[in-house]
Amino acid sequence: MKKHVRHIDPFVFFLALMVYLVWAPSAQAHVEQGQAVGFVTGLEHPWSGLDHVLAMIAVGLWGAQLGNPAIWVLPITFPMVMSFGAMMGLLGIPLPGIEIGIALSAILLGAMVLGEVKPKLFVAAIMVGIFAIFHGHAHGTELPAGQSGLLYSMGFVIATGVLHGIGIVIGLIHRWPAGKLALRAAGAFIAAMGFFFLWQAVA
Amino acid sequence: MKKSLSTNLRLMIGAAVSAVLLKPTDAAAHLVTTGMGPVYDGIGHLLLTPEDLVPVVAVALYAGLRGRAPGRRALFFFPLAWLLGGFMGLTANTMPTFPVSAFSFLLVGILIAVDLRLPDNAFTVLAVAVGILHGFFNGIALKEGPSGLGLLGIMSALFVLVALVSAFVVSLKSPWTRIVVRVAGSWVAAMGLLMIGWFFRGQL
Repeated sequence: MKKHVRHIDPFVFFLALMVYLVWAPSAQAHVEQGQAVGFVTGLEHPWSGLDHVLAMIAVGLWGAQLGNPAIWVLPITFPMVMSFGAMMGLLGIPLPGIEIGIALSAILLGAMVLGEVKPKLFVAAIMVGIFAIFHGHAHGTELPAGQSGLLYSMGFVIATGVLHGIGIVIGLIHRWPAGKLALRAAGAFIAAMGFFFLWQAVA
Repeated sequence: MKKSLSTNLRLMIGAAVSAVLLKPTDAAAHLVTTGMGPVYDGIGHLLLTPEDLVPVVAVALYAGLRGRAPGRRALFFFPLAWLLGGFMGLTANTMPTFPVSAFSFLLVGILIAVDLRLPDNAFTVLAVAVGILHGFFNGIALKEGPSGLGLLGIMSALFVLVALVSAFVVSLKSPWTRIVVRVAGSWVAAMGLLMIGWFFRGQL
């Protein structure tokens, strides 16, 4: 049986390439600087530090271990309190020991996941909230100048939420015995990394 | 059997396509315009301004969470209030420097996050207040540009947006989908807090 092989017409390929190459955007004189950049920078920021990433994933993991309603209360609590901490940073209100606080968040949240600790909901929410202030303050003081504050804020709040979501999705393996073990191992890893961050913060 | 295009014809097509693509376009300095008139400029303004778009989506989300009746109220009262505020803004002269919209973010975001069951009348007052507030600022901003027709464009886009988003949320049945909406509300509230922080940072 004869096979029909479709060849790309070189002329069509040339036209497509030309469309791509010469599709010049219109001149954007006096465009406001830092608008889209602010959103992208905000999206990137929470991913740029392993301490932030691990702590936020740990919140999701712990929430998944604790089950309903903690699985959604903690990720709702975190961004709101984090933004309060960021506002403190923006206002220049000092918060001593930020790096130590962030390292402790990884240690303690990792330990909670490792030990499958199930405190009362308000205790877990307060604990997560306190750590969120440290993370938020760091974000608040690290926001780059000259970029759209709102778009930057949107970017990093969304990125933080996505990290929690990743933690929750990973945490869903908790329903299987092997998954429970894997989660506890992940908690141990996060706690160990927390000690490393603490050593870096005090060294 | 298909015949391939002749070389001359190919060159002609290539030249025509090049001419179209290389034709210079107008510089878009200062104003973001759609080029399709003031109504579309208004629609574009709403869709490209996060300070307005986020509260609109937030009010629609909250209306959807509250159910069908509040959703219907929001659908009609919210755009009308926005239009009313817009016409008030067209007659105003000064733009307040304080980011008042931050309070819409914060208030509506918190209401969504905690899923507070406001009475229908209180919800209507909230939607009208947010509509008038944002419409007022839109009116000031659009005074030099698309003006009243721009406001009509905004109102129509707002109507469609609120209808789609609130109807979508009303249709959500499983509990976790409502939780996703509440998480989105917490994000909106967080953005509101940060907007306030950014404002005061600029003042320091």
